[in-house]
Amino acid sequence: MGAWVAPVLLLVLAAVPPFTSSYVLSLVTQALIYAIVAMSLDLILGYTGLASLGHAAYFGLGAYAVGILTTRYGAGFWTTLLVGVLLAAAVAAVFGLVALRATGVYFLMITLALGMVAWGLAHRWVSLTQGDNGISGVPRPVLGFGLSLARAVPFYYFALIGFLLAFVFLRVVVRSPFGQALIGIRESESRMRTLGYHVWLHKYLGFVIAGAVGGFAGVLWACYQGFVSPGELELTTSVKILLMVALGGRGTLLGPALGALLIALLENLVSVYTHRWLLILGAVYIGTIVYAPEGILGAVRQWRMKGDRAWARG
Amino acid sequence: MGKRLTLSFLAVGLVMALAGVIPSAAQKGPIKIGVIAPMSGGAAQAGKDMTNGFNMWLEENGMTIAGRKVEVIVEDSQGQPNVALTKLQKLVESDRVHVLVGELFAHIGYAMAPKVEEYRIPMLYPVIAADDLTQRKLAKWVVRTGWASSQPSHPFGEYAAKTLGYKKIAAIGIDYAFGWEVIGGFQKTFEENGGQIIQKLWAPLGTTDFAPYLSQIRRDADAVFALMVAASSLRFPKQYEDAGLKAKLPLIGGGTTFDEFVLPSLGDEAIGGMSPLQYSAALDTPVNKRFVTEYRKKYGKVPSYFSETSYTSARWIAEAAKTIGGDVENRDKFLEALRKVEMPDTPRGPVKLDSYGNPIQNIYIRKVEKKGGELWNTVVHTYPAVSQFWKYKPEEFLKQPVYDRNYPPCKYC
Repeated sequence: MGAWVAPVLLLVLAAVPPFTSSYVLSLVTQALIYAIVAMSLDLILGYTGLASLGHAAYFGLGAYAVGILTTRYGAGFWTTLLVGVLLAAAVAAVFGLVALRATGVYFLMITLALGMVAWGLAHRWVSLTQGDNGISGVPRPVLGFGLSLARAVPFYYFALIGFLLAFVFLRVVVRSPFGQALIGIRESESRMRTLGYHVWLHKYLGFVIAGAVGGFAGVLWACYQGFVSPGELELTTSVKILLMVALGGRGTLLGPALGALLIALLENLVSVYTHRWLLILGAVYIGTIVYAPEGILGAVRQWRMKGDRAWARG
Repeated sequence: MGKRLTLSFLAVGLVMALAGVIPSAAQKGPIKIGVIAPMSGGAAQAGKDMTNGFNMWLEENGMTIAGRKVEVIVEDSQGQPNVALTKLQKLVESDRVHVLVGELFAHIGYAMAPKVEEYRIPMLYPVIAADDLTQRKLAKWVVRTGWASSQPSHPFGEYAAKTLGYKKIAAIGIDYAFGWEVIGGFQKTFEENGGQIIQKLWAPLGTTDFAPYLSQIRRDADAVFALMVAASSLRFPKQYEDAGLKAKLPLIGGGTTFDEFVLPSLGDEAIGGMSPLQYSAALDTPVNKRFVTEYRKKYGKVPSYFSETSYTSARWIAEAAKTIGGDVENRDKFLEALRKVEMPDTPRGPVKLDSYGNPIQNIYIRKVEKKGGELWNTVVHTYPAVSQFWKYKPEEFLKQPVYDRNYPPCKYC
């Protein structure tokens, strides 16, 4: 990736809002929040090589923390943020103990099952979650300093800051020796073990961090949507997050963010023109798998590497 | 010189045209209606019935309401609350619709209501039946044109105890708010009329194999009350018969268990099934007969209650718009007009809203019969002008909690 891409992208994201309709802006806001959860999944999927089908659980937990605390106890934003992230991390810590005993398909199945447990709780623990009806009327956060996030533009910047924080944090994590060790584990677990790394602990910590960041995204989501329901924890949400990562390119951080943006826009803009939009979305997925199995950013990276080699040969 | 003159004439003409055209276009543009319905996913068929019914009324009336052209924008909710909320925003902010109609699922209804309040835009709920939307969690801008879940259950509980003479009933329902409300309403009036609910079984949403539940049903009951929806409605009657229960215990249920939506896909196993609802396609009135004939001609199937309520909702909008001279831009006035609509002759019968915003309408006790090789919900009894509060005083009724899994408590289980 050229060093100029990220600043330019940021500039566009920061300068665009006043010039777009509030509807498009809300789509980008959604995409930013989904980008956070997709990036958090990328930490374990792309960097550590663990495909999880239960990632929506942490997203949902963060969202439910906000829903329950604000509507029942009138909690402020910072409290809900803290509780949401810690709760997601705590649950990830428990789920990790169970799930990380397995690898590959078995890991996938266990995370799927754990994700369904979380969904089942949201669905059936009616006294707390209001079950299927969901929790409506979640207020937009009040940050103090006289800032109101009720309108689309301020909330967009709020989400953008959240996205940047998550991105910088995850980038620091993957660039750190810890993150490099995760990549090492992805490439060869046995070699890392021989080198004296505590493989399980690395995976476990990665899993918990991913859960916590997923919870952070969930907190923002509940504030944005004003509504929380078991749908947030459903398998389809987990699959959607997984697809965002796969589409954008796993192991790239920015890729999943791009995937989130693409899916959010495809879902909402294409469906305006045709009720067969699912076909188009399906075609995009198949096209990606056939022509760019490493995702969009993965394909760009490969293409550049090829170019560099040709240049060197030239 | 000549060229410049032409140009300036053109420019002046253009300015005048713009000045003249734009304001009048803003005033006399089409009435825009936003429809949100599940067009993909598990409930897509029901969503199709809704849009069909809605469009049918508009097409019959030349796509005009109160002298203004009508533009309908349909958006797919995919049956998911977050998608529905995004589409709602799109319809209001980008398309600038004047009124919204839609949705099927209660939880989406609860999710949309605060947004609708925030936007201060009238929205019709033709299908969503969650009791509390017109009881304990009122939303000013939501106009319910359909029904409340427990509304048909109340008279049916009395009917089962008094007319059918059942003493003990075992209930099985789908385990979510709609199921709880339908069965809760039935239990309340059935037990107040001397009956006893001796068992309540709950199956998760989406259950299609009922064998484990059917084997638990108490054989000392007089009848079984089943509340099924969608795919479960398709499977349940057959499995009930296969389990050898049909011969012993008569099957009755909630309106959706034997709705026209599933009847064409059911076989003889459904015959004899009784259920209450505010509509039956077999309703013997000239208005309904014409509606059913036209609908079948157009869409090749019998209209379900989804179709009827959406058809009536389109007319509802028109009736309201007519009384205010088509001035739907004045939202407060429009909302007031929507709440005042009274129609004596819809396919389902006379309809008007109570002061809480839920229709007062006939409830039909229906029995599945075979006529001309097809299954129909023959109306065996009509309870006229039933309110969501049945015979109770609203204030008294609202003191009890909303029906749920454990309310009313199962005293005789």
